[in-house]
Amino acid sequence: MIETMSLGRDFKVRGVVVAAVHDLTFRVEAGEFVGCLGPNGAGKSTTIKMLTGILAPTRGRALVAGLDPARQRKALARRIGVVFGQRTTLWWDLPLRDSFELVRLLYKVDRDRFRTRLAELTEVLDLGPFLKTPVRQLSLGQRMRGDITAALLHDPEVLVLDEPTIGLDVVAKAEVRSFLARLNAERGTTVLLTTHDLGDVERLCRRVLLIDHGRLAFDGSVAELRALVPGQESIEDVVAHLYLSSTPAAPRTPRRTPDADPPTVTA
Amino acid sequence: MADFVLYLRLFQYGFRRHSTYLAAALAGAFTNTVFGVLRAYVLIALWQARPGLAGYTLTEAVTFCFLTQGFIGPMQVFGRGLSFGDRIRSGDIAFDLVRPAPLLLWSLSEDLGRAAYLTIARSLPPAIAGAVMFTLAGPASPWFVLSFVLGIVVSFGWRYLVTLAACWTTDDRGTHTLSALLTMFFSGMVLPLGLFPGWLRTVAESSPFAAMVQVPADVWLGAEAAWSTLGFQLLWALALLGLGALLTAAARRKVVVQGG
Repeated sequence: MIETMSLGRDFKVRGVVVAAVHDLTFRVEAGEFVGCLGPNGAGKSTTIKMLTGILAPTRGRALVAGLDPARQRKALARRIGVVFGQRTTLWWDLPLRDSFELVRLLYKVDRDRFRTRLAELTEVLDLGPFLKTPVRQLSLGQRMRGDITAALLHDPEVLVLDEPTIGLDVVAKAEVRSFLARLNAERGTTVLLTTHDLGDVERLCRRVLLIDHGRLAFDGSVAELRALVPGQESIEDVVAHLYLSSTPAAPRTPRRTPDADPPTVTA
Repeated sequence: MADFVLYLRLFQYGFRRHSTYLAAALAGAFTNTVFGVLRAYVLIALWQARPGLAGYTLTEAVTFCFLTQGFIGPMQVFGRGLSFGDRIRSGDIAFDLVRPAPLLLWSLSEDLGRAAYLTIARSLPPAIAGAVMFTLAGPASPWFVLSFVLGIVVSFGWRYLVTLAACWTTDDRGTHTLSALLTMFFSGMVLPLGLFPGWLRTVAESSPFAAMVQVPADVWLGAEAAWSTLGFQLLWALALLGLGALLTAAARRKVVVQGG
């Protein structure tokens, strides 16, 4: 469902070319729930932006739902849902419901299907009490539930979330997590999320991708991730250890890409 | 058809978004009215000393004053007003650019909604106050309505370019200040352009700013043949929107290909 082949992206910073993503190869099958971890500046968001067509890759290529994000951006937009935890697509001054109505028109969702889908999401995410409230008056947790709904109204096959639980309290986090788990289990929606919250990873992700220095440093289950650093109790300590000891030399050959040689820097 | 409904909805949302700030609109209307009265007395003094200045009678000069005061809101004479302006600074513009709908049409629809609301909330109060306190001339031609709308579109086209320019400059305050100054001066907002001397008058009268304020006011006063003035506005509207579309493509290339 999501595939990257030697994906890379450079940025020019004051005349110097810096590679945010070096050489990223991985594959996510339909129905998987994958978490993307990595320190700040590791290239997670750049990767997400390339997968959603916001950024064109410098090297390599990506395929999402069988489409090339950079070239088939509009067609892809109808097939995927995207949520950015730190940003919102909702209309600040208008009732939440109005933003959904605009999504319906933008993605040309059939009126009846829209009504059914919104009713489902309203029930599961408990939007009822604030559907008519202006977005600026919503709490962060409510707003996030609104943003997730907006990303799902056109019934996408793939849901991509960049730090969806950032800034949420424990209860709001739990609500978002249980919703995502249900979405994945019941509808079979493929979910890829980036996060710094290891609770998200432990509770949700059957598979973890660790991105570091713009490369894939680990690809496996949470149990396998723990096994990398023996003697550490909490997952936080395991990941902190991995971030601190991170060097461009990958700690382990990625599981799903047996032919991934240590990439050469071409930037 | 479905697209038309989308843009109609955006127009409606632009209207409603602004209607949530009723207090701001009323404060604006009050200020526009007070300044209108002040300007009117200055113009009265001027026209009593020099009757027929710029080809206007005294009544026409006072009417011009209240018309232009009424244009401040819908024509957004002081600049800005486009919701994606702040989003360029924060980087959210990337998401506006990848939405499967053109940014130019999207924000034009929203801006027309804004203008429609401000016409009611900020144009009518000074106009009514002016009509009560002074003798004003009525509209000379029904074409005024079209000229008024074209004035709004030209204003949008200009502000769209200024706002989008922020994609290339780190700080957009300078461009906005410069734009507001140019608009104020060359639109006829400060003084009727007919009072400008020689070449400055020619420059001002052929600028897009004239198409925002001076031209619609002249159509109301019947000072010029409607078809040529409307053609002038239409030309500027098309030119600015065309440039806007080109600049949007460049911005998209910059954001998507070169990175934010």
